[in-house]
Amino acid sequence: MATQRVSGSQAVILSLLEEGVDTIFGYPGGAIMPIYDALYDFDQQVTHYLTRHEQGAIHAAEGYANVTGRAGVCFATSGPGATNLITGLADAQIDSIPLVCITGQVASPLLGTDAFQESDVISITLPVTKWNYQVTSAEEIPEAIAKAFHIATTGRPGPVLLDISKDAQFGMFDFEYKKCTKIRSYLPEYPVDPFQVKAAADIINAAKKPLVLFGHGVILANAEEELKEFIEKTGIPAAWTLLGLSSLPSDHPLNVGMLGMHGNYGPNIKTNEADVVIAIGMRFDDRVTGKVAAYARQAKIIHLEIDPAEINKIIKADVPVLGSAKKSLRMLIGNVNQNSHEAWVQEFRDCDKIEYEKVISHDIHPKKVGLTMGEVIRIASEKTNNDAILVTDVGQHQMIASRYFKFSQPRSNVTSGGLGTMGYALPASMGAKIGQPDRVVFAVAGDGGFQMTIQELGTIAQYELDIKIIVLNNNFLGMVRQWQQLFFEKRYSFTEMKNPDFVGIAKAYGLASQKVTSRDQLEDAVQEMLDHKGPFVLEVVVEKEDNVFPMIPTGASISDILLEP
Amino acid sequence: MKQEYIITVFSEDQIGLLSRITIIFTRRKINIDSLTVSASAIPGIFKFTIVIKETLDRVQKVVGQLEKVVDVMKAYFNTNEEMICQEIALYKVPIEELFESDKIEQIVRNSGARILEITREYVVIEKTGHTNETQQLFDELNVFGVTQFNRSGRVAITRSSIEKLSEFLKERDALLEQVD
Repeated sequence: MATQRVSGSQAVILSLLEEGVDTIFGYPGGAIMPIYDALYDFDQQVTHYLTRHEQGAIHAAEGYANVTGRAGVCFATSGPGATNLITGLADAQIDSIPLVCITGQVASPLLGTDAFQESDVISITLPVTKWNYQVTSAEEIPEAIAKAFHIATTGRPGPVLLDISKDAQFGMFDFEYKKCTKIRSYLPEYPVDPFQVKAAADIINAAKKPLVLFGHGVILANAEEELKEFIEKTGIPAAWTLLGLSSLPSDHPLNVGMLGMHGNYGPNIKTNEADVVIAIGMRFDDRVTGKVAAYARQAKIIHLEIDPAEINKIIKADVPVLGSAKKSLRMLIGNVNQNSHEAWVQEFRDCDKIEYEKVISHDIHPKKVGLTMGEVIRIASEKTNNDAILVTDVGQHQMIASRYFKFSQPRSNVTSGGLGTMGYALPASMGAKIGQPDRVVFAVAGDGGFQMTIQELGTIAQYELDIKIIVLNNNFLGMVRQWQQLFFEKRYSFTEMKNPDFVGIAKAYGLASQKVTSRDQLEDAVQEMLDHKGPFVLEVVVEKEDNVFPMIPTGASISDILLEP
Repeated sequence: MKQEYIITVFSEDQIGLLSRITIIFTRRKINIDSLTVSASAIPGIFKFTIVIKETLDRVQKVVGQLEKVVDVMKAYFNTNEEMICQEIALYKVPIEELFESDKIEQIVRNSGARILEITREYVVIEKTGHTNETQQLFDELNVFGVTQFNRSGRVAITRSSIEKLSEFLKERDALLEQVD
């Protein structure tokens, strides 16, 4: 490859192009200005989206990564620009989202002098990055960026951060790019061990009541087809974690619903009745297991997992199968027998009936006067033929939306799972829409989370991002209020909110909007939002004191899941 | 049950790696009793020797987290019995105490320590051994007043005839070839 003499800043952009990047989210500032200046010449190859806050940029990059499977890229300046990325980095780290973040840094002779907008970004981001590196000379840039993409996107993905000093951005050198494919100290994944696969298959073939629990690892490995093939061949019912949602179509006969604290009744209690549990690309989060000492004690545990540190971290695996879910499932499919477990699957359907009568029907077809979150979600899902992308914030609406929104395609659910980041939905939906411009994208948020990143309405307006924003407004921090009601004697300590006129705010940003306060307006309003070309803010005023059920109280066993207070 | 473990981490030579390693302990509120960083026998590969008191389960999990660090090649953990380990300690005692009686000289002889330096004001004694040995010498000398004391972190090598990491690196190369 012929070399060309370029500045460090140009090298940043050229390297990103080499990695196939065409979308960047960011916010300029002093220490990253040379890179932004270089970017100015590449507007044909790269689209940069100027958000209203760096947190908006990084969540947008997460949303983009989620729906495309590619690394999200984001730029920020030094000091406050970089520190504003922290929440997004922590979110991406715990949810295994591939990100490459580039921050500007003061010129290297000024490092450690408390220079203007200097902060020790490398140290601050250590616990929330898969890898980070400070670049202080232009020559290092291509190799650092190549390494960043390799680390972010392979193995168990995660966020990486490159901190590039201003003098490195200005420095001139002969640019040459070589992709990184191997790092001596870093093994992205283990090759799947055929003996472990055989051991797992033997247990599965002998199982009477097997249950599959699948998580984000299925989506990250693009193993949706393999998952489907595996459960169809073996006839094993399959339940999902919050981040596994959408990897199996909602209407698949073996999809038995959501695990965990606000998940479905059947998969929770049946986890403690199964004789074999096959965990695929999931990490037994405490919201999934409830009380660990009372979790699946009777079952043999088979754990398909890419990250060795997850094996035996929470739940001891009888048979661990290391490697990517795609490869291990493919090998497992070849080793398991065709089977069916009709009577066992029927037990889940019986549970569904109980849950439908006690909870679901009241949530999605309520008879009472006030609107429920559940009916709004049902209508949004139905009116888009269960084929839209759902981006949720954190709290009651997130659990309700995950329970009642239906999916037919993978990579259609975008949410903050591990970190539970309020304010995630609005910016993440921007990345989701940019990554999948031809699909309908809903951003669903509560009144609390919506206001945490409400400034991104400006970004949505500027780039005319056609996002259907639903604000489920109960004038409360609903999930905290629910806990206060159930576990703190209704002492509603600082959870009630006096909210602004959301329709007025949307209007001020030049966005179409509407407010719904009664059931007879709801269907038409959702239809109007969908018919409208361009972004739309739909505020739905919902019942103040509605609760999310079922519920596993903290510290309780999944067997003690409550269907009502 | 908690007991002393020696964790050995082999890594690339990278700025900031020490912090990335120590935060794995601080996040779990595990105290590092001793930490030594040095070159290993393999050129370019560094070695962290970390001593903690923990349960076997927690040590195993910490080692799993250490191995996730991109620039870390491999981490091992061992009990004290499985390793040959030493620490070095230096003691400063006022010179008058040495001349007043032969007690200090006897202590030094009996403990296998040696005198490094004698000046008009003080004598510096050096002792290599296990923590309890260097501590015992401290206690004995402190009867006369130790004015300065410093003990190094633990250095340790395994009782195996080869460096396990060399084998590991060969296997790792093969694994990297297998995974595309």
